[in-house]
Amino acid sequence: MKMVRLILRRDRVLMPIWVLFIGLVPLSYVSAINGLFPTAPQRQSYADLSAHNAGFVALYGRLHGSSLGELVAWRGGFIPIVIAIVAVLTVIRHTRTEEEAGRRELLGSTVVGRHAGLAAAVLTTAVACLLLGVVLAVGLTGQDLPASGAWALGMSMAMAGWIGVGIAAVAAQLTTGAGGARGIAMGVIAAAFVVRMVGDIASLGSNGLSWLTWVSPLGWLEAIRPFGANQWWPVLVLVGLTVLLTALAAALSARRDVGSGLLPARLGPASAGPALRSPFGLAWRLHRGLLAGWTIGFAVLGIVMGYLASSVGDLVNDSKEMAQVFARLGGAQGLIDNYLASVTSLFGLVASAYGIQAALRMRGEEAGGRLEPVLATAAGRTRWAASHLVFALLGPAVVLLASGLTMGLAHGLNVHDVGGQLPGVLAGAVVQLPAVWVLASIAVLFFGVLPRASMAAWVALVLCMVLSLVGPAVRLDQWLLDLSPFTHVPHLPGGAANALPVVVLVVIAAVLAAGGLAGWRRRDVTA
Amino acid sequence: MSGDAIVAAGLVKSFGATKALDGLELSVRTGEVHGFLGPNGAGKSTTIRILLGLLRADGGTVRVLDGDPWGQATELHRKLAYVPGDVTLWPNLSGGEVIDLLGRMRGGLDKRRRDAWLERFDLDPRKKGRSYSKGNRQKVALVAALASDVPLLLLDEPTSGLDPLMEEVFREAIAEEKRRGDRTVLLSSHILSEVEALCDRVTIIREGRTVESGTLAELRHLTRTTIKAEVSGDVNGLAELPGVHDLVTDGRSIRFDVDTASLDPAMRALTAAGLTSLVSQPPTLEELFLRHYGDEVRVPAVVAP
Repeated sequence: MKMVRLILRRDRVLMPIWVLFIGLVPLSYVSAINGLFPTAPQRQSYADLSAHNAGFVALYGRLHGSSLGELVAWRGGFIPIVIAIVAVLTVIRHTRTEEEAGRRELLGSTVVGRHAGLAAAVLTTAVACLLLGVVLAVGLTGQDLPASGAWALGMSMAMAGWIGVGIAAVAAQLTTGAGGARGIAMGVIAAAFVVRMVGDIASLGSNGLSWLTWVSPLGWLEAIRPFGANQWWPVLVLVGLTVLLTALAAALSARRDVGSGLLPARLGPASAGPALRSPFGLAWRLHRGLLAGWTIGFAVLGIVMGYLASSVGDLVNDSKEMAQVFARLGGAQGLIDNYLASVTSLFGLVASAYGIQAALRMRGEEAGGRLEPVLATAAGRTRWAASHLVFALLGPAVVLLASGLTMGLAHGLNVHDVGGQLPGVLAGAVVQLPAVWVLASIAVLFFGVLPRASMAAWVALVLCMVLSLVGPAVRLDQWLLDLSPFTHVPHLPGGAANALPVVVLVVIAAVLAAGGLAGWRRRDVTA
Repeated sequence: MSGDAIVAAGLVKSFGATKALDGLELSVRTGEVHGFLGPNGAGKSTTIRILLGLLRADGGTVRVLDGDPWGQATELHRKLAYVPGDVTLWPNLSGGEVIDLLGRMRGGLDKRRRDAWLERFDLDPRKKGRSYSKGNRQKVALVAALASDVPLLLLDEPTSGLDPLMEEVFREAIAEEKRRGDRTVLLSSHILSEVEALCDRVTIIREGRTVESGTLAELRHLTRTTIKAEVSGDVNGLAELPGVHDLVTDGRSIRFDVDTASLDPAMRALTAAGLTSLVSQPPTLEELFLRHYGDEVRVPAVVAP
């Protein structure tokens, strides 16, 4: 219990903020949707359209009905991912990070049990997620939505957090480094998301892959169907899954020593290869795994999304009534282009996470004490930072190119028109790059000017995600939407290719990065 | 080239409200091993970071090898090697890779010396950074520094985490460097026997200020020698001598502490009484140290991490 109090003390600001913020966000959807579609027929036609929009279904999941509650729950379909990620970060922060920093050992030598750290982190985070669900349920009930649905939605959000807790608890036992543990846990969540997304998109067309939804825990969340069927059995299944994962984590933790991981450490070479002779050689070693992982992930995602694109067009051929509605949206090709453009802009948002992650490696090196010995050699500050920037800026370019290529190829091969489809899709992916650079450069700026607040770069990304994914739905003012660089990225393929915003974004990114580097050259190296 | 490898005068450095350095003075002559002593938090690491250009001093002047450590960092770093007190390595690089990388970035390292030091420190260079113990991480940094042929070594508590056997190897290493005559070593430490065994001159700092500086002999001058003697007759006038303290007489044996300035008259008094046995104990660095930090030693302070 002392450990729980320690966690609460360290997270006394952060935890209430995310519990309240994420718990209250869906409330704004109620009035927004009510304002947009005040009558039942209006909601019905919106639901009909949305339920068949592959981009929407990919992001938010399947839509089963058109009641206000169901629309709110569906529109909030991306929030469970956010909750799971927050839960992962919180659990790993209080387990593996502690161990890596050696603080766990300090506590382990006092009178706490060997599972106390893990148990406290799991318990605290799980309760916080539950509270989030309660806040949400009470809030929605207060807005005159059916209580049964409100509680079902609240609990589905809580369960999303619990999944994250379980995954993170296991991941924290596997690696020695917190970064590795975070990577594994995020990878699992990303995989669950992709599997659910593929299953859901497949369910739109005549594709046989719709069973995939049931492979993913996020698919089980969807099966709760708040405000519709209000199924409670998936909640039980997910509680069971969380308990199982936590038990697994405890069993793993009992089998290993404090500070070590389960994945064994291998021996390396006795002397350095010829490439390892400069700051860039070092940066390559530090970044290559990350780059490979992101590139492979994006390439696979590109294949999947490209392969599914044509089934979006099938809808038009499937139903006569829908065809009229879709004709207004540009017919089958327009629909597919719209889908491809939504997917590439999603790629852009996610690739920014990589850009920020790569840029913040610099801060990780500094805070971890690994920078000082390097700067004590003849490697200058600017050269060192430039070596990392190569990966923060060109890494996302490689990743986006890979996804654009595979998506364009997969879709092109599928419709026997590689020459016609590939360039547009590739352009749609690459055009995201300037916006990605802006976010990576924000991370560089923080690193150079306010190093201790570097993590705030992630806040910038979350804001962009909220503006892009939620903003239009809740009808935010245009000037607010304009704050996100992604608002200004041309909508490709299908939209107008406008060079001006792209150039402006590149200039903004360059100014931010230059400011960061200038600050870095002037400031002290701090732990 | 002047005779001093490092000259710092009136160094001031604040971190927010805390003043880490408050007019620190340090001069290290070329070719000497200079001990840099002080309790935890006295400002030793801050000073070394300023010498490395990692931090910028708020005030005062500092020259390293006749250069400005902030403005000419890159050129200067070709001529020096640094060992931090708490070495962290990249988890996925082997020790051998780190040694080679740091050496190459410094401008090259001596393969023969590298292998020799690996052998003497009994270090397996194939292990990954994440699987080294603290002592072994320290050895990686030491080998990387010792293997490169540079005129200046900055060592910040380099033996923390080493076992006594390896501490001995380290002392041999520094002694060998010293014999070469062209290497300057700044050795920060709070292990007094280490400094006493290795250093030509020492600087003692406290709360960011220099409190003593000089050769060990000079510093000993400032303290008392302990004398134990046996005499055949009666001793006259010893107790009245200024500079004689804690005099204890037990029959024919006498024990007292004496200031260096009063050593001569005290000896005269003893020989006049017919000296039969004499043991003189020079002041240890320990005593020097305790004289400056005595109040801190007696009042244990809670030090935040």
